[in-house]
Amino acid sequence: MMDIAKIRADFPILSQQIYGKELAYLDNAATTQKPQCVIDAISHYYAFDNANVHRGVHALSERATAEYEGARKIIAGFFNARSEREVIFTRGTTEAINLIASSWGGANIRSGDEVLITHMEHHSNIVPWQMLCEHVGATLKVAPINDAGELIMHEFEALLSERTKLVGVVHMSNALGTINPIEAIIEKSHAVGAKVLIDGAQAAAHLAVDVQALDCDFYVTSAHKMYGPTGIGVLIGKEDILESMPPYQGGGDMIRMVTFEKTEYNDLPYKFEAGTPHISGANGFGKAIEYIQNIGFEAISTREKELLAYATSKAEAFDGLRQIGTAREKACVLSFVLDSVHPHDLGTIVDRDGIAIRAGHHCAMPVMQFFKVPATARASFSIYNTEAEVDALFVALKKAQDIFA
Amino acid sequence: MFDLRDLYMQVIVDHNKAPRNFGVLKEYNHDADGYNPLCGDKLHVYVHVNDDEIIEDISFEGEGCAISVASASLMTETLKGKPIADFPDSFERFQHMVTSDINEEPDEEKLGKLAVLAGVREFPSRIKCAVLCWHTLKSAVEDSHEIAKTE
Ligand SMILES: Cc1ncc(COP(=O)(O)O)c(C=O)c1O
Repeated sequence: MMDIAKIRADFPILSQQIYGKELAYLDNAATTQKPQCVIDAISHYYAFDNANVHRGVHALSERATAEYEGARKIIAGFFNARSEREVIFTRGTTEAINLIASSWGGANIRSGDEVLITHMEHHSNIVPWQMLCEHVGATLKVAPINDAGELIMHEFEALLSERTKLVGVVHMSNALGTINPIEAIIEKSHAVGAKVLIDGAQAAAHLAVDVQALDCDFYVTSAHKMYGPTGIGVLIGKEDILESMPPYQGGGDMIRMVTFEKTEYNDLPYKFEAGTPHISGANGFGKAIEYIQNIGFEAISTREKELLAYATSKAEAFDGLRQIGTAREKACVLSFVLDSVHPHDLGTIVDRDGIAIRAGHHCAMPVMQFFKVPATARASFSIYNTEAEVDALFVALKKAQDIFA
Repeated sequence: MFDLRDLYMQVIVDHNKAPRNFGVLKEYNHDADGYNPLCGDKLHVYVHVNDDEIIEDISFEGEGCAISVASASLMTETLKGKPIADFPDSFERFQHMVTSDINEEPDEEKLGKLAVLAGVREFPSRIKCAVLCWHTLKSAVEDSHEIAKTE
């Protein structure tokens, strides 16, 4: 059993009022709130340990480096990477995908090749591949979804061929909540010789991920969706693949030896970390992961399932509400439209009751096109949300309906 | 405290439910697309300006939130039959109303029914919903062929 009150007390932002109402933060798929331990780790770093990493011989630089590399170790353990060399810090999921598209894709995808993604990808797992395909003359293929918002597996398999060089799939959809069967996807993609990238931006805070058991080639995520700071994320890749890839950006830290004639690149993971990194961000990321580990995925999953089931049953009983995304395997996201109220009006109306939800296309316009809606309203849940907050949401939805009645 | 009803006034709710001048004009000589990427609001505005330089007919179609639909409905209602030469002033007046200080009373005499939209000032993220149709009409009368945006 999880002690929700105790968890809520860890997040200082939650105990505030918005327009005189208790804040109900139900926009966790956009970004999660940060526990005090993460906030403290960041301010402690700046108050006591701030220095550049990997270059000073002085005490502060050694401390900063130890903290930064310590975070990498925590992250490697969390995702069960083979070693810290497989853990590359990025600005987030978006940058990690761009790194792969540019470096791996640029070196390995040629005219006539195919990149296969799904219809439920976030724009960040669509646009970099479109850009690459356009650049090299490759083709972007899109595996379809069904009315529940699930990937149609046999159609996905039918699109795989020896032309498929890379498969990019979201682990958990931010617009629909769907959890994709990535084990099967990875296995089938490998069978045709394709490499697989899993977009774990949404999943990593809700599901245990073991990159070795999955055997995925690249797994990417963002700290800010896992109770960590913005501006930092991670790419976890297989060492031999990363080793074979050209650098993404050039600069300091990613080199071993520079002359005007030639540059020798640094070892992994530094080869992909040009420039002074987001040191405090990495520290905060490490702390956020420890925070998740202390609660444990078993407790997290049980609690989040319970809350989603509660919200879903309320949604099913609510007149005039259509859920968008009803996959059997789904987590933490309730995406919906109301008959009489546009999602954007809904967002404004519930906000006045202190309830933060997202209204829009959720950076997944093709999903909106598939369901023929301009936008949806989305409540997304986290470990600190309560049944009372779900109740407040539905009271506010009723109020919105009344305004437009 | 500011009330939701100050934004969602009955007039706005009515215009959203039954938008005036909705649909394509049979005859028009200016038109343009407007798009608000944040909310997915999409509008198309049609205008027929006659030989006397009067807006003889004006209409819109598309989909959007209540604010953008009501605003387009009210805009078409207000401008129909007016000289096209007055449009820049009307545009500025509306733009001023929705971005002015909350304590400034809207000039109801000049704005007429449009004054009901003054409430959006309290909801900064919604101002662009209210002005989308005006920007769209502006690109229509200027024949700019660019999709109007409010970002
Ligand atoms: C599924 C998914 N992929 C990618 C991203 C992009 O993440 P970031 O903006 O942190 O780079 C998000 C964030 O909204 C997401 O939900």
